[in-house]
Amino acid sequence: MALSLEDIKKISQLAKININPEQEEIVLKKLKNILNLVEKMQSIDTEGVEPMSHALDISQPLREDKAMPSLNKEKYLKLSAKSNEDYFIVPQVIE
Amino acid sequence: MFKLTLKQLSDKLQNSEISSQELSTYFLKRIQEKNAAINAFITIDEEKTIQQAKVADQLLSKGDSHVLTGIPIAQKDIFCASGWKTSCASKMLDNFISPYDAKVIENFNAIGAVNLGKTNMDEFAMGSSNETSYYGTVKNPWNLEYVPGGSSGGSAAAVAAGMAPAASATDTGGSIRQPASLCGLTGLKPTYGLVSRYGMIAFASSLDQAGPIAKTAEDCALLLNVMAGHDSRDSTSVDREKENYLEKIDLELKGKVIGLPVEFFNADLNHEIKEKLNAVIEVYKDLGVIFKEISLKNSDLSIPVYYVIAPAEASSNLSRYDGVRYGYRAENYHDLQDMYCKTREEGFGEEVKRRILIGTYVLSAGYYDAYYLKAQKIRRLIAEDFKNAFQECDLILAPSSPTSAFKIGDKTEDPVAMYMQDMYTISTNLAGLPAISNPAGFLNNMPIGFQLIGNYFEESKILNFSHQYQLRTNWHKEISPGAL
Repeated sequence: MALSLEDIKKISQLAKININPEQEEIVLKKLKNILNLVEKMQSIDTEGVEPMSHALDISQPLREDKAMPSLNKEKYLKLSAKSNEDYFIVPQVIE
Repeated sequence: MFKLTLKQLSDKLQNSEISSQELSTYFLKRIQEKNAAINAFITIDEEKTIQQAKVADQLLSKGDSHVLTGIPIAQKDIFCASGWKTSCASKMLDNFISPYDAKVIENFNAIGAVNLGKTNMDEFAMGSSNETSYYGTVKNPWNLEYVPGGSSGGSAAAVAAGMAPAASATDTGGSIRQPASLCGLTGLKPTYGLVSRYGMIAFASSLDQAGPIAKTAEDCALLLNVMAGHDSRDSTSVDREKENYLEKIDLELKGKVIGLPVEFFNADLNHEIKEKLNAVIEVYKDLGVIFKEISLKNSDLSIPVYYVIAPAEASSNLSRYDGVRYGYRAENYHDLQDMYCKTREEGFGEEVKRRILIGTYVLSAGYYDAYYLKAQKIRRLIAEDFKNAFQECDLILAPSSPTSAFKIGDKTEDPVAMYMQDMYTISTNLAGLPAISNPAGFLNNMPIGFQLIGNYFEESKILNFSHQYQLRTNWHKEISPGAL
């Protein structure tokens, strides 16, 4: 599973992070080193082992579907770089 | 006064020998004197701190107080605190003033503790040296050319330099215990789910856990009494009866069993650290503790497993930083996609981007089974090793860190070398177990620590063993040159 420059381009698009073309080789080298580190896992036999997604075997707690106090809209909209009344403003998406 | 423990400061407040305003002013002044050199704090707000101290003084004068009422505590900048800048040491949140309190902050406010300021850390808690902070490296108070460890390096340095009597911190792979070890302090990572993650900025949600950094185990118990507790706003918060973590601190240890993992005490362990650990073992033997070899046979897989699971969860958690609702937004962009991509390119630092990219890769189509699922399966094997070990012993003793503090800049070019710093701490996060780092002495004039790892929810036992050790040793009383 050797990582290539093509992969770097693809995952940077998936992660929505621009990578400066001059940096791509360096990023590739460092990511390869990390993948080499984790490669050790592949030699372990995990046949029949249940994946562990959570430290404690607890299930998702549920609550009644009742309205609860929620966040103050004005206060939260103010945190945005651009907002207007009830909306966050982003560049136009639909022509 | 900076040498006093929380217990001693509390006695002074309760006996009206000093007011919270005086105490808070004293520590603010020490921060003012020392922060330029140590860089432990990102945000100080004297007005807010003194305001809280005034409220605490009223509670104290009415006799309506808790043991930590009026005590100023430094809060890691990962905890949202209403009206405070909460940056997680990232450019991405440099302009973020939190509109609400994290549960940990709520708990401290509820008993009248005072927020002394927000401490520096590795960006989004990703790092082991505090060198990834947008606000610059924190210096180790034992030697300003050395790192304090990370990611809670600011919290540890603040306490070690006597700028704060104690601090909150968080631990995803060792971020409480490793800086505590490198700064000569006591740092406790509780069982996963014991302290609410509500309002604690997420890194790897199945591993993140908050805990205290302080001078002594007794102080950690006092802080954990405030920090722990169920919270319905964190779906992984455990609903169990509240414990008093001081209650069992004085129990005798005669006949108790400590396990020594053969995989940690092998030829790879630095021989000087091994000597220090042997001295720790002798202290416990004198107290009647029995030692037994145990095996954590998959422990060498902890770092590989962690560097799949933690980046995978981080890539998902950090997708929220898109420049739309809060935080940084790039200035120049031509459409929505470009806005996302430039915001994230400019707002995140190198290490954070690296982990998001790795996480994106291991979760992407075609690689999920080989990396993420495989890691989750080995995570179970690692947790089962501990389960088996605890059938034979009360606690497990381990090194906290493979080295004492290293020089600033020594490992920044080699992420993998940096990751190895957490080789003895990561497995407990994967299993979700509680563990503490206690001071164990010095190597080349820099502190080192040892870990005690317990079974689920056995914080009381860990604190009991640590306190008994600290009653018979003086390492935790040593004062760093940076504090003088």
